[in-house]
Amino acid sequence: MNEILKDSILFGVSVSLLGYEAGRWMQKRYKKAIFNPLLISVVLVISFLLLFHIDYETYNNGAKYIGFLLTPATVCLAIPLYEQLELLKNNVCAVALGILSGVITSLTGVWILSRLFSFSHEEYVTLLPKSITTAIGIGISEEMGGIPTITVAVIVITGILGNVLAESICKLFRITEPVAKGLAIGTSAHAMGTSKAIEMGDIEGAMSSLAIASAGLVTVIFASIYANFI
Amino acid sequence: MKYLRQFCVIMLVTFLGEILYMLLPLPVPASIYGLVLMLAALCTKVIKPEQVKETAVFLIEIMPVMFIPASVGLIESWDSLQGILLPVAVTILVTTVLVFAVTGLVSQGVIRKSNRKSTKGGSDS
Repeated sequence: MNEILKDSILFGVSVSLLGYEAGRWMQKRYKKAIFNPLLISVVLVISFLLLFHIDYETYNNGAKYIGFLLTPATVCLAIPLYEQLELLKNNVCAVALGILSGVITSLTGVWILSRLFSFSHEEYVTLLPKSITTAIGIGISEEMGGIPTITVAVIVITGILGNVLAESICKLFRITEPVAKGLAIGTSAHAMGTSKAIEMGDIEGAMSSLAIASAGLVTVIFASIYANFI
Repeated sequence: MKYLRQFCVIMLVTFLGEILYMLLPLPVPASIYGLVLMLAALCTKVIKPEQVKETAVFLIEIMPVMFIPASVGLIESWDSLQGILLPVAVTILVTTVLVFAVTGLVSQGVIRKSNRKSTKGGSDS
């Protein structure tokens, strides 16, 4: 199988898109948070690759071109943000305090749990940037002496988790303000959560987009201090 | 041709973001430079929303799909994760929920407080 597909660009692309379509179909049919299209598609694609003994490399040979669109798509998040700029101006205090407290909670949480599980410095700093966007997270992990590939894995799991749990956590903690919902999603689950926030509404999407960039940058500053703790 | 023009504008801004990333010695990725540049261009009316809107909406809509390749990459890091799987899983779950709740409740608290002060502010929820 690997031999035939190795030079195919569209194999990885098609499998990913089909997986996502299947995920959306299941979401429509069962209407449960766990039937999250992103989660379903990842599970389906991984199962497919394992079942037919196809290497990740063979898959990613084509699939990486979908990932290539991530940078321009992130740039595009400026447009919904611009459309909600009035809202941002009216809520500067809530935005700044919300994101700041979220970042501190993330770093402190990872620190305390790393102490509890007696992680090494390497493991600790690998987990430290788990809530922020991959591109910034990899940089922090590398600089502090972490393992970048595991950092990516941890960031991805965090993102999927945030995406799947977003609505339930909002309900559980009675977070009903659209601004607060968006900030919470973007700060805890970066761009992968943001795609869920966009589904929830324009305000949620814009605030979540804002939180990706802001939380990422604030984390850069604080992570360099937290890195010395273990 | 509208979409092509819009795609061109988006790609140009993204490219400028990449250049900034290469020139500046900060740990900020190209996408974030691009996002800030795009926002600045929109605010200063250098770019009008209608010059990027539909294509941007399309790219944002298909964004979840763009995360699939990196997520499937989890099978590659599986071996190195296995030894510390449980503690890592607990750390991820606990901190993600905690960060979500703290961020949401703090910002919600600030919003409600200022709403109460400015009797009937224009909140829409």
